[in-house]
Amino acid sequence: MSDLIKVGMADFKVGRNPASLISYGLGSCVGIALYDSVTKVGGLAHIMLPDSTQARSSENPAKFADTALPLMLNEMIKLGAAKIRITAKIAGGAQMFTFANATDIMRVGERNTEAVRSMLKKIDIRIIADDTGGNYGRTVELKLENGIYRVKTIDKGEKEL
Amino acid sequence: MSEDILKLSTLQLDALREIGNVGAGNSATALSQIIDRKIDMTVPQVAIMPLGDVPDVVGGPDAMVVGVFLRVYGLAPGSILFLLPRDSAFYLVDMLMGRSQGYTTTLSSMDESALMEIGNILAGAYLNALSHFTNLTLLPSIPALAMDMAGAILSVVLIQLGQMGDHALVIETEFTTEADGVKGHFFLIPDPGSLNTILTAIGVKE
Repeated sequence: MSDLIKVGMADFKVGRNPASLISYGLGSCVGIALYDSVTKVGGLAHIMLPDSTQARSSENPAKFADTALPLMLNEMIKLGAAKIRITAKIAGGAQMFTFANATDIMRVGERNTEAVRSMLKKIDIRIIADDTGGNYGRTVELKLENGIYRVKTIDKGEKEL
Repeated sequence: MSEDILKLSTLQLDALREIGNVGAGNSATALSQIIDRKIDMTVPQVAIMPLGDVPDVVGGPDAMVVGVFLRVYGLAPGSILFLLPRDSAFYLVDMLMGRSQGYTTTLSSMDESALMEIGNILAGAYLNALSHFTNLTLLPSIPALAMDMAGAILSVVLIQLGQMGDHALVIETEFTTEADGVKGHFFLIPDPGSLNTILTAIGVKE
């Protein structure tokens, strides 16, 4: 049984094999798994919001897609990962409640996903798998042994990315 | 404004607790009449906690819950979430529909409507009391329902608060039916600007 490292909301953790990084109950948040398959170093970020520049408070950079990703990438490089080998898998960004007049607030899941995609593009990391959208929660686990990103849901089954 | 919820005085916290007490008392009475059972409620907690800790109040981010969500409109906007552990939600539906306990194992759309209506009535009763107390007009939106992981459901409100700070102020009450152990958590989460409005209205703004 390898170590299970918990990643809370608005947080990120990095690690190396043998270990797994897990984050429970993502709704509109997005879980971004970065992985280097040679050194088996990985990171998991649980971001809540797309963009730190629009927020009034940015005390916790792990909260935003645009600030969490560069920080996590750095931590991984410190553990020996090489940026050129790192790939991304993303999951989450759901819209949990449906209202007739969906405002921007309700569409935050979609905006989070877009922001994650554009930030990854900006820092030149390829997304090799994704499972985003829908109206249901997800628990995500990144296995550092092989880079498998497991997505569990309540009644939409479980998949491995 | 961003983080001044961390600087609330004891007097202000007590005042918010009293608001929660009056609102939840009204809701509990309404619920008790609908299901014809005695309802116990806890003294409301006014908690200021890191956003990521809020799901722990209802058993952790992966706890299976049914959530009824309503927005609060008016001078002090906010969000209301009525969260029930899944088994409690099923049992509450059995009560409402006059079925035997344990009958419900999945929610039909009729069951969902019934639970949303309960959320609606509880929120209405709560806001009514709150409006009287503060003299602020507060109205609930139509309800929405989801059955999922607590973290996923709570993220809807937490994300909004996250734009302003890293902490949430939640006014939370737990309802239980005496005999059957049906449990529910009622959350009032004021939008960041609303707290000042409420504190001013009840005369405890410094």
